[in-house]
Amino acid sequence: MSPVTQVPAERPPVALAPTQPITLHINGQDHFLTIAPWTTLLDALREYLALTGTKQGCDHGQCGACTVLVDGKRINSCLSLAVMQEGADIQTIEGLGTEENLHPLQQAFIDHDAFQCGYCTPGQICSAQGLINEGKAKTEDEVRELMSGNICRCGAYSNILTAIMEVLGNKEDGAEVSNAPMPKQEWSAGAARAEMGPVEPAK
Amino acid sequence: MSQTIATPPSIHLDTDYIGKPTSRVDGPAKVAGTAKYAAEFNVPNLLYGYVVSSPIAKGKITRIDAAPVLALPGVRQVFSHENVPHLAFLDRSYKDDVAPGGSPFRPLHDAEIKFSQQPVALVVADTFELARYAASILHIEYEEAAHETELARHIDDAYEPGRGKTGYKPPKSRGNFGRGWEQGVAHMEARYSHHAQHHNPMENFATTVEWLGDKKLKIYDKTQGAFNSQQYLTKIFGLSKDQARVISKYTGGGFGSGLRPQYQLFLAVMAALELERSVRVSLTRQQMFSFGHRPETLQHVAMATNPDGSLAGINHFAVAETSQFEDFTENVVGWSGMLYDCKNVKLGYRLAKLDVFTPLDMRAPGAASGSIALEIAMDEMAYAAGLDPLEFRLRNYSDFDQAEKLPYSSKNLRACYHEGAAKFGWERRSPEPGSMRDDNLLVGWGMGGGIWDASKQPAQVLASLDADGHLTVSSGTNEIGTGTYTIMTQIAAESMGLPLEAVTFILGDTTLPESPLQGGSWTAASVGTAVQEACTALGEELLKQAKKMDHPAFKDAKIDDVQFANGQLRLRSDATQAVVLRDLVQASGEPKIEAKNSKLPGLIGMVKPPKYSMHAHNAVFVEVKVDPDLMTVHVTRVVNAVAAGRIINPKTARSQVLGSVVWGISSALMEESVMDHRFGRFMNHSLAEYHVPVNADIHDIDVIFVHEEDAAVNPLGIKGLGEVGLLGVAAAVANAIYHATGKRVRDLPITIDKLL
Ligand code: FES
Ligand code: FES
Repeated sequence: MSPVTQVPAERPPVALAPTQPITLHINGQDHFLTIAPWTTLLDALREYLALTGTKQGCDHGQCGACTVLVDGKRINSCLSLAVMQEGADIQTIEGLGTEENLHPLQQAFIDHDAFQCGYCTPGQICSAQGLINEGKAKTEDEVRELMSGNICRCGAYSNILTAIMEVLGNKEDGAEVSNAPMPKQEWSAGAARAEMGPVEPAK
Repeated sequence: MSQTIATPPSIHLDTDYIGKPTSRVDGPAKVAGTAKYAAEFNVPNLLYGYVVSSPIAKGKITRIDAAPVLALPGVRQVFSHENVPHLAFLDRSYKDDVAPGGSPFRPLHDAEIKFSQQPVALVVADTFELARYAASILHIEYEEAAHETELARHIDDAYEPGRGKTGYKPPKSRGNFGRGWEQGVAHMEARYSHHAQHHNPMENFATTVEWLGDKKLKIYDKTQGAFNSQQYLTKIFGLSKDQARVISKYTGGGFGSGLRPQYQLFLAVMAALELERSVRVSLTRQQMFSFGHRPETLQHVAMATNPDGSLAGINHFAVAETSQFEDFTENVVGWSGMLYDCKNVKLGYRLAKLDVFTPLDMRAPGAASGSIALEIAMDEMAYAAGLDPLEFRLRNYSDFDQAEKLPYSSKNLRACYHEGAAKFGWERRSPEPGSMRDDNLLVGWGMGGGIWDASKQPAQVLASLDADGHLTVSSGTNEIGTGTYTIMTQIAAESMGLPLEAVTFILGDTTLPESPLQGGSWTAASVGTAVQEACTALGEELLKQAKKMDHPAFKDAKIDDVQFANGQLRLRSDATQAVVLRDLVQASGEPKIEAKNSKLPGLIGMVKPPKYSMHAHNAVFVEVKVDPDLMTVHVTRVVNAVAAGRIINPKTARSQVLGSVVWGISSALMEESVMDHRFGRFMNHSLAEYHVPVNADIHDIDVIFVHEEDAAVNPLGIKGLGEVGLLGVAAAVANAIYHATGKRVRDLPITIDKLL
């Protein structure tokens, strides 16, 4: 028998983080909340704003389930603190489309059965929108590669690829997309700001 | 008067949804993010619990200093074995529906540590962040004892499990393997191994308990069986069923991990009852490696063939890990006595106790492991006998279940071989290892296959038609991504001749009629049949109502004389004689007309001695390309041909098999929980280091469902698809790698270091 200690015994510092008021601009709306600086954007969305469409699969930037768009770029919201995102345009799955008014990617995911349990799906769709915004991936191999930050344990990858390729193809063909959920802008811009063009993927 | 044209009974209706590739009815909710999973019910006044996990694998807790943590404003309680309330005493109170033999783990029961990452405390606070911080500073002292986690060192003390999971049967040998071996002209003998694997569904385990006052709880749990969670809670906490209502509408992946209640359920309910508050406990991804897993298994296979290529003997032996406190058993070797025709079969299966958590069913439990050894061995045997691996399997095709001594109710594995091989182009394979190339890449083609039980459990379903003509069908089963919502809606809609939009299937709630656990590939068959029966019963109620309404056409009509179509009840012999279903309900004066399936047929069916052996089969063909310098492996093409009876929904069924192929590739090339035996701990407990395929790893996958009709399995002819598609995939990848490189790797996953 040998002793093992979990956390040193001396009284740990009381490190309670004071809360502060912030405004988050999400899906075109301002949300006011009082929040501690240690709260991630992911937890702010899920626990404080009831925007549970964004999922948590690891909390460590390893799975992509928490992907949202910030100023049109896809990020892992578990790796960002909520207080860092004041003034940014945040778009979550709830802002891409609704059950009644689906975004073309959402429709393509249903048409091609690009999910099973559905838990990785909002992250996959936000990531796909981010990929479209980046404007880099054109071929199947490129899409596979640039969608590889989003794990799907159900293994829906080939259908995810088909769904994204279809939407990319329609975009290339300049096809009309009638069911745009955000009427003021082309859906494929994906960003909350209409004037924003394609962006480079975040390094 | 115009002539009435009778509708022949066989006429095709638009509402014949069975067999049609229907998009998921829960699709919009899932893509829009409105489908709610267990941790997403933001009930008012919620407290958050955070689990503290043991850093040691064995020993005991000697001291917990909770005072500094409790002094933090906002921390409500620190639960540990020191203050856990008095609960049920007997082991059997802690047994869930699928608990194997032994003594189930009781969270926070005493100071003893039985496995690394054992939950030792629950810190409850006002916010998640505070609970997490407080948990991170909880001071705990342990006395560490020597642990044993290395299976290879315990082969000699492995024992034959007498007890195990319900339904576990020790494998049966037959004939005389020794004689077969001696008579054989070609031989193979080898050892195979794979490491522990963790299910890692994308959604971490979580439970949200809503405190409704007076010990009444609404429990949102991540599970594959709401009723299993409920009965576990009622026994341990002495709650009534009404007090412990369990809800699970969506499950973010299960793969077996949700078959047994996980400890966050216990902890969340305990905290809610003690604090009389709503509580949520979510596990972290790291903690997802702290409970059941596919057991590490070591296998030994020997085979011999006669001059004509028929099998002279098969010997398959496996040793698997289990915990110190439960005997987790699975059928690893039994399949080797069924899949191929062979008189002399010797099978053995043993367990070794280690200081780990009890293993747990994981997609195709037992069969996935067994088929790795059996199907690589078949490849080795084919080479030793100088036969093409497909030809070798065809020469040993079995039309009769020699293990159970029963004919198969149906078995179209032959079509899987032929259609799969044709699609893949197998006849263009040159047998020599290293003989096929694509530019500088080595190309390898390998195959495998498997067999899985087609089973059925009793299930109850309620079908209810309201005055607007909307049909609601309900049963407390689960949706783990398998398409349950969709196929049950299809079956109900077709049964009642209604469009899909007029049908809602409700599941995942213990207030609904009881359904079995979502597992074993039996949900479609069990609940699907019950849905059909409930709809038939509802049809009879509706016909009764039609008779009450003095409708002359239905006066003497029997249920077989009528048909449900276009939202009407009509005579088969004369479709113009019809009454609108909605009108029947309205005329009844009741808000709805409803009926349940009777439980009886299922139960009677279970006690009758079986007349047939009922199984699904598959054959899988794999192409790999290997870089000869770097030995990186890419699985470029897979054809998986499946014989699983009737396919209710080819779209969702295909996805099941696609997912299985991804799992097979994962288990062949990537997945392993790496145990550091110095610490008795899985070291790669994160998604960065526990490797599973990502999109770039997955290329062309073709799924074929061969035609298979089977009236004996169940009236719908369903065999189930959750497991069978996975079988043989990992072995086929390993065989393809051998074909590409000449290197036979028998220890999975086949990582680059094993090929260099
Ligand atoms: S939860 Fe953010 S990457 Fe996994
Ligand atoms: S759909 Fe289940 S993890 Fe992707």
